[in-house]
Amino acid sequence: MNTGLVTASYIAASALFILALGGLSHQESARRGNFYGMLGMGLALLVTIIGVVTDNQLFLIGGMLVGGAIGWVLAKRVEMTQMPELVAILHSLVGLAAVFVGYANVLEHDSSITGVEQTIHSVETYVGILIGALTFSGSVAAYLKLSAKISGKPLHLPGRHFLNLGLLILAIWFGVLFVDAAASGGGLGWLLLMTLLALAFGVHMVVAIGGADMPVVVSMLNSYSGWAAAAMGFMLGNDLLIVVGALVGSSGAILSYIMCKAMNRKFVNVILGGFGSKSAAGDSAGPAGDAGDIKPIEAEEAAHLLAGAKEVMILPGYGMAVAQAQHTVFEISKKLRDQGVNVRFGIHPVAGRMPGHMNVLLAEAKVPYDIVFEMDEINEDFPNVDVSIVIGANDIVNPAAQEVPDSPIAGMPVLEPWHGKTTIVLKRGMSTGYAGVDNPLFYKENTRMLFGDAKDSVDALLKHLNE
Amino acid sequence: MRIGVPKEIEVGEKRVALTPEVATQLKKLGFTLAIETKAGAAASYSDEEYSRVGVEIIEDPRTLWHTSDIILKVRPPKGHPELGFYGIELLKPGQVLISFLYPAQNPEMLQDLANHGVTALAMDSVPRISRAQKMDALSSMANIAGYRAVVEAAQHFGRFFTGQITAAGKIPPAKVLVIGAGVAGLAAIGAAKSMGAIVRAFDTRPEVKEQVESMDAEFLMLEFEDEDGSGEGGYAKTMSPEFIKAEMDLFASQAAEVDIIITTALIPGKPAPELITERMVANMKPGSVIVDLAAEAGGNCRLTVANQVVVRHGVTLIGYTNLPSRLAAQASQLYATNLRHLLTELCPEKNGEIVVNMEDEVIRGATVVKDGEITWPPPAPRLTLAPKEDVGLKAKSALEKAEAEAKPSHPLAFLVPLVLAGIALLGLGAVAPPAFIGHMTVFVLSCFIGYMVIWGVSHSLHTPLMSVTNAISSIIVIGALIQISSSNPLVLILATLAVLITSINIVGGFAVTQRMLRMFRK
Repeated sequence: MNTGLVTASYIAASALFILALGGLSHQESARRGNFYGMLGMGLALLVTIIGVVTDNQLFLIGGMLVGGAIGWVLAKRVEMTQMPELVAILHSLVGLAAVFVGYANVLEHDSSITGVEQTIHSVETYVGILIGALTFSGSVAAYLKLSAKISGKPLHLPGRHFLNLGLLILAIWFGVLFVDAAASGGGLGWLLLMTLLALAFGVHMVVAIGGADMPVVVSMLNSYSGWAAAAMGFMLGNDLLIVVGALVGSSGAILSYIMCKAMNRKFVNVILGGFGSKSAAGDSAGPAGDAGDIKPIEAEEAAHLLAGAKEVMILPGYGMAVAQAQHTVFEISKKLRDQGVNVRFGIHPVAGRMPGHMNVLLAEAKVPYDIVFEMDEINEDFPNVDVSIVIGANDIVNPAAQEVPDSPIAGMPVLEPWHGKTTIVLKRGMSTGYAGVDNPLFYKENTRMLFGDAKDSVDALLKHLNE
Repeated sequence: MRIGVPKEIEVGEKRVALTPEVATQLKKLGFTLAIETKAGAAASYSDEEYSRVGVEIIEDPRTLWHTSDIILKVRPPKGHPELGFYGIELLKPGQVLISFLYPAQNPEMLQDLANHGVTALAMDSVPRISRAQKMDALSSMANIAGYRAVVEAAQHFGRFFTGQITAAGKIPPAKVLVIGAGVAGLAAIGAAKSMGAIVRAFDTRPEVKEQVESMDAEFLMLEFEDEDGSGEGGYAKTMSPEFIKAEMDLFASQAAEVDIIITTALIPGKPAPELITERMVANMKPGSVIVDLAAEAGGNCRLTVANQVVVRHGVTLIGYTNLPSRLAAQASQLYATNLRHLLTELCPEKNGEIVVNMEDEVIRGATVVKDGEITWPPPAPRLTLAPKEDVGLKAKSALEKAEAEAKPSHPLAFLVPLVLAGIALLGLGAVAPPAFIGHMTVFVLSCFIGYMVIWGVSHSLHTPLMSVTNAISSIIVIGALIQISSSNPLVLILATLAVLITSINIVGGFAVTQRMLRMFRK
């Protein structure tokens, strides 16, 4: 197959990928978008295999079949609550692939290029492997954090900023040495050293970030995996890789930006330190009040409140996912809607562990997406809401963000259920959220606390509603 | 411990300190329960209902007083009309009495309780702080009184509350004035409003304006130098003579206009202030109604007669003092729930044993006699809320700080990154080979396309976005495909591994995206 045909197919594939992302602007067009994505990928693979691969087809087919089977099983088996973990581990694979491709490229030393071209090529390779390794180890660390195999608390090594700075300077220095050595076909040693550095840096960066910032981390790693692909594209002189890498890279970057904005945090601050790391967090709890100001409620009474309401707003958080309560929550919403109650869901952008996590969970539980609203869409409606139910959420409904100027979460946009008539908070105990900030919502006049495991509480609610 | 609930013996008292529902919940705390026969009858709770939830029914009140560790009552103990006993004399050290006790008005009873070595908690002494609201029986009863006041007014008012246009002509809505927007006042406003009347309210505490207006009533303002009438514990305090004069003028003009006046003004420990003079009553339209909720403390109108309905100058004055008892089932239910919350606080271990913890502000406030010692009055309550100004000042200083920090930027400052980027591009163009510049063009343009496209993605689809970008970023497999035909075995191995893991990603990413998208439905 001639190069012109291959290039033309790559252009088509690029266009299909852009359409795939564009399709996600609406639920209706999203499935078609995904189909475009598959088509683009199939086209690119087919053309490359026919046009470029000349030998070792067996390895190729073997690898694809085995990998494809693993991927298929993963995709079918994963619980929707575990999506963040799956996404993190898939990111790590992209990073790892970039590292492999980069090394393979160095081993296949191309002696035809010299001078500036050689230097640029070496830099591309070096940067590509660096980002790839960083993405790999960072994503693995994020996976371990998300699946609670290691602690979610931020780990702060002493002098970690200097440590990071030192790693960066070392990486640049190794890079200079590698480019020098690569001109004569060597430099593999420097590359290996740098890879170790990048791996260490990736882990260190992610473990230093607090649990509440995980959505930012996941989208940041998403972005890195894109940049790694783009760097590989530069290295191989392949425009398709560059296009896709740039698309994915900017997509992840925008998601990170949206997440940071939703928490009123600067991206740099998220990277440099986790929530709750400052001593200030503890003592600026604000005018919350005594623990005794809370008004507990029984499930039965809560069910009465719900049955007597006309407007109900359900505000889920990560706690709902942990307790696997979304199906019962759907049953409750269905029951209430059948009785003519206007039930809506309000989703904070950073609810859950990755962007859009709550939407997927609710979709899984068959909640129709046209009653699921974003924070900006429904925050003004709270004065008309009779009952808001907060399930397993804390920081995203914390009025301290607006009321206490020196709170660690001050200025973060939050859902405002306290403007409604009654708020029922389903919560295990009085512990604070990830930000380590006391929540004045729990002490508000019109707030009732329904203590217990989220699953048990919603089950009890449903039971009493059915009576 | 065993809880005993005697029948209320005061004439006209229909309430009872325990309902079957609350009994169930108290049993969960580990208490055993007993109630005097027919104690709940006046509030429509039968003995059968009690015994069904495991409450023992006791015939003889004396046995009940003797055998119970905790006595729950509504009214302070009083001489029994038939059996000729008093109650307190039957108590022995260690027993606990929880009831309305009005310790300020009943010093002899307090002494009597102390002499018998008992512990007594007065429901009317529960401090009025926010965490004690669930035990605040005064508020529960005031709420009922406010509602009932409107019902009583409606009973004696000869016309509709609501306005109507009928075939037979137009009916104007009744005008109701509520004086004192405390718990009772607000309840009265709510009830009158929901019956369709035009409601106005007055209170010396300006901060209640918002609450009044939130209930769709009109808050009457005095044109007066601001004087805040908020006293301690949620009550109003006595105002200056000038203020009172302005207030009286307002009432005089309102009295001529409104049909119903409900007064709820009480100042703790003092006779109720006179707000409605005889002249004002005379000026009211015939058939008007005044409900005086302060009748027991002398009345906000001197013409009111406690416990009676009288007509003066053509105006009906209602002076019932025990309005909650006229809604006995409701009042009993709320009061028993208040008791339950207090018992929950007293029984932290949920083992049916109570601990009178004098360190706890609420329990300290309610306890008037502890093991034979009078502990009333309690020390002044702590303030639980930080002063309002504090937060405001903080916010203000933070604002000022932010303003100071946001220095006006130079109008051409936005050009700086553009110029820098331009210089960098020029420098790159000078040295880099044309192929690289070509790739750079593709890269930069793709970033912009990505930027435009991704902003359009619906927030709810962010998770599918991540999984699909994950799948397509595995396009890196192309790199591995280019290398896999190499004769170098190490390159072959690396490329094969890369193909394997990217295949996981491609299939896994697309499949899981598809799975998620299929779940989104209307």
